Amino acid sequence: MPEHKALDNVIDSLSPLEIKIIPFLNKDIKTIQERTQLDETSIIRALHFLENKNMVVVHTTKRRTINLGTNGIYYRKNHLPERNLLTLLEKQSPISIEEAKKLSKLSDNEFKVSLGVLKNKALIIIKNEKIQLNASKEEIIKKTLEEKFLENLPLDEDSLTSEQKYALEKLKGRKDIIEIKEKSEISFELTNLGKEIAGKEIKSDLIEELTPEIISSWTKNKRFRKYDLYSDVPRIYGGRKHFVNEGIKKARRIWLDMGFAEMTESKTVSSFWNFDALFTAQDHPVRDLHDTFFIKNTYSELPEKSIVLKVKEAHEKGVGKSKGWSYKWDEKEARKIVLRTHTTCLSAKKLSTIKKNELPAKFFAIGKCFRNETLDWSHGFEFNQSEGIIIDKNANFMHLLGCLKEFFRKMGFEKIRFTPSYFPYTEPSLEVSVWHPEKNIWLELGGAGIFRPEVVIPLLGENIPVLAWGPGFDRMLMDHYQIKDLREMYENDINKLRKIKI
Amino acid sequence: MASVKFQRKEFEKHIKITKEVEEKISLFGTPLQSLNNEEIEIEIYPNRPDLLSMHGFIRSFKAFLGKDESLKKYSVSKPEKNYLVMIDQSVKEVRPFTSCAIMKNLSLDNEKIKEIINIQEKLHATIGRNRKKVAIGIYPLEKIALPITYKALSPQDIKFIPLESEKEMNALQILQKHPAGRAYSHLLEGYKKFPVFIDSKMNILSMPPIINSNETGKINESTKEVFIECSGFNKEVVNKTLNLIVTTLADIGGKIYSMELVYEKRNREITPNLTSEKIKISLENINKLLGISLKESEVERLLKKMGIDYKNKTAQIPAWRTDILHEVDIIEDIAIAYGYNKFIPEIPNIYTSSEEQHEEKIKEKLSDVLVGLGLIEISSYHLIKEREAQIMRIKEKIEVENSKTEYKILRLNLLIPALRILSENKDHEYPQKIFEIGTTFSLSKNKIRENESLIIALSPSNFTEAKQILDYIAELFYFDYSIKESLHPNLINGRNAKIMIKNNEIGYIGEVAPETLRAWNIKMPISVIEISLEEIFKIASLSG
Repeated sequence: MPEHKALDNVIDSLSPLEIKIIPFLNKDIKTIQERTQLDETSIIRALHFLENKNMVVVHTTKRRTINLGTNGIYYRKNHLPERNLLTLLEKQSPISIEEAKKLSKLSDNEFKVSLGVLKNKALIIIKNEKIQLNASKEEIIKKTLEEKFLENLPLDEDSLTSEQKYALEKLKGRKDIIEIKEKSEISFELTNLGKEIAGKEIKSDLIEELTPEIISSWTKNKRFRKYDLYSDVPRIYGGRKHFVNEGIKKARRIWLDMGFAEMTESKTVSSFWNFDALFTAQDHPVRDLHDTFFIKNTYSELPEKSIVLKVKEAHEKGVGKSKGWSYKWDEKEARKIVLRTHTTCLSAKKLSTIKKNELPAKFFAIGKCFRNETLDWSHGFEFNQSEGIIIDKNANFMHLLGCLKEFFRKMGFEKIRFTPSYFPYTEPSLEVSVWHPEKNIWLELGGAGIFRPEVVIPLLGENIPVLAWGPGFDRMLMDHYQIKDLREMYENDINKLRKIKI
Repeated sequence: MASVKFQRKEFEKHIKITKEVEEKISLFGTPLQSLNNEEIEIEIYPNRPDLLSMHGFIRSFKAFLGKDESLKKYSVSKPEKNYLVMIDQSVKEVRPFTSCAIMKNLSLDNEKIKEIINIQEKLHATIGRNRKKVAIGIYPLEKIALPITYKALSPQDIKFIPLESEKEMNALQILQKHPAGRAYSHLLEGYKKFPVFIDSKMNILSMPPIINSNETGKINESTKEVFIECSGFNKEVVNKTLNLIVTTLADIGGKIYSMELVYEKRNREITPNLTSEKIKISLENINKLLGISLKESEVERLLKKMGIDYKNKTAQIPAWRTDILHEVDIIEDIAIAYGYNKFIPEIPNIYTSSEEQHEEKIKEKLSDVLVGLGLIEISSYHLIKEREAQIMRIKEKIEVENSKTEYKILRLNLLIPALRILSENKDHEYPQKIFEIGTTFSLSKNKIRENESLIIALSPSNFTEAKQILDYIAELFYFDYSIKESLHPNLINGRNAKIMIKNNEIGYIGEVAPETLRAWNIKMPISVIEISLEEIFKIASLSG
């Protein structure tokens, strides 16, 4: 394309911003800013537009400056805490650590840091819980590198002397004393094409924005400014539901489609419902503080006496030909409140309220459960569980497998495996695993079984088969969203939530 | 749950590990955790402590594979002279039950000693509930003078050299100074007398459940005969634990001798008692629960694979099985022997109508509307940190005991988690407009109340924008609200108000105060709405 043709084309596509700065393109950014009265961001945008049109080349250099942080501002005014401590020691040394802490009026953290700093500088000695000054008057009065450094801020990172670098290293680790800001600096140079146009006043009668007025007064001979169709546009984000809740919604839909009715219940629950009604002996390790969150200083009421007595009997000597656990069941233990450790307590409660004429019945629940765990990539103290029960006199083990298979098929797992397992409240018990075709492994998803008579008889009044399951939910979600670290499930990184795939 | 490791070489002396065997191990109800040339690691569920030792596992698993099926019999020799244990009634208060045995003909090597110590530890940790329910002691017989007495003595009168120690100590010193004493002292806390086993020369053999004497309490490669005792609070569990140990030692090659326990008033009992327990089971119940149709002969064949004999509708259970409380436990064994992989999954033909909870429906609609407004849903922990409660000046706290993390207080509003999340995201792109629907907790008359709430937090934003959103929600969800100026400790004075439906306060709206923002290290203004959804559930149900 001949040069002048290219220039015409470019002129047709100039935006108002570009037109505004072109007359001053021979100058530097600061002058452009003064003459056009545009803000810096607008000028940079215009320059990038021009760069797309091959008229300028934009250079970006990053510069880091070191500024005072919130604590830094305060300390510059009122001295660093170690200086305050030093001043105190000048008046009184040796002094007990406790006393020094009180008189210095420093916070726990400040005091600890100050001790460390002064010890490092060998200005003090700590012996037998006492602090003793270990320096001459001159040494004490002399400003530390850190203090000098603070006085000189802000500074360019590139311009630091080695002493300043040392001070920066020391102060960086301390809370909010230093703030490092990164700033991009922009400069540009003109291309040949740019040189032709720079400095010119460009008059344009091209239409910039289509307005209602233009539409109503439209005549054919008007022309639009050409847009740069290829340039990037600013990103936008829509509102999103949390992906864990999206997963829960999908599972709810499946259970509803299969004719199950929803159960919801409180998250704090008595040990009675969480453990005792589920035939979990009172000395079972899961009832230990190490495994379960117990609520301090509060106790729950128990349900009606007849149920409590039946459960007690089931534990102590057994019901329905069971031998029971043969120990003395303690009501007080049952009244302790816990954050539910599984949604199975919802099923237990449901069994105690359902009436005979409402059978057969199918219920499900999906909800948060808790266990006293540390937080790391594979552990968390909260997790989601999907619970279901079928109560029917003709229900059997094959039905249990059938329902689970159907649910997981609908969740997207074609191959499923059942292996024997153990829970205090089900017999037979099983573990569900699904085949992960990409990883070539069985993924264990959780337990299921048929409630023991020791669970059913006290709650329902007779031994009717109750098929029950409660697989965890988070593992499936992690797999679906390709999350490797469990903590990501609840870290709520807004950028990730905005962008997570459907 | 316990996981056990066996030496592959030792294991393969009994069973060769093939691909098929690997699969069978999991189908036996003992998930295979890992396998390499050195070791095999298997998970054992708490109902089967009899599988915790290699010999115990092999005994049962071999039968499952179809070798050495049916109930395994062990011969128990009668007590010889002085094979007596006198049980003094003083133990009733502190640790009432014991059962004892003697084993002979042991030829121990290093591997076997390790296995014995290992099984002892595993049993302590599982069925023994960390020695509380059952504790086990094993002693070289040659160092002991029979008969033995089990009694409780005052701590000052108990003096011996505990294991791994050189000095004689009394019971209180052991509890304070010896590592095992410190670890288990809580088990004797509050008792005036502590239990001990004493031999006929008045030497103290051990102080259960804490520690053995250094003189008599250690077996080694030259040990041929041992005295074994189990003690605890539940007679049946104590007996079964002894059965478990003696049968395992018999599998290693020992010969079991029983002992006579002599109680007050000359009541006597012989332990171990390896008589199998009999439980009646009905074929109908088996087939009904499993959904298959087995014949008697098939049940007999399947139970044999689980090491259980079946005759005349009666199952004979090994004396070391601790998990059979009811017929259903045997039915599970039948299912395992049948093979969980052989059952054909079947969707039951049970008609029921699905039903959603009204509240869940409203919550879902609400979040649809908010997402439509461009808000992002967050999902936060139900627990908050101590420091966070402090920042927000919260006095009434519902705490959990012994949390392993900083999170230890039940959240009583959704504002704290929302501010935490905005604070953690302060370096991400703004605007940040978030919401959460979740449970909050409060105390009233020492009862915990749970409430479903909604928080909306907008940043950067102001009162007007928050009120626009509130108006929009109110319109869509049919509620009329009014505003009443208030003083919220975390919101700007003159820019915050209570939200009322008639005379009920349902929440608040306002701009977050700068000191609160600073405490959370947030640099952008935030406006918030938090409302309880209870009234809205009610109103929405009236208007359909």
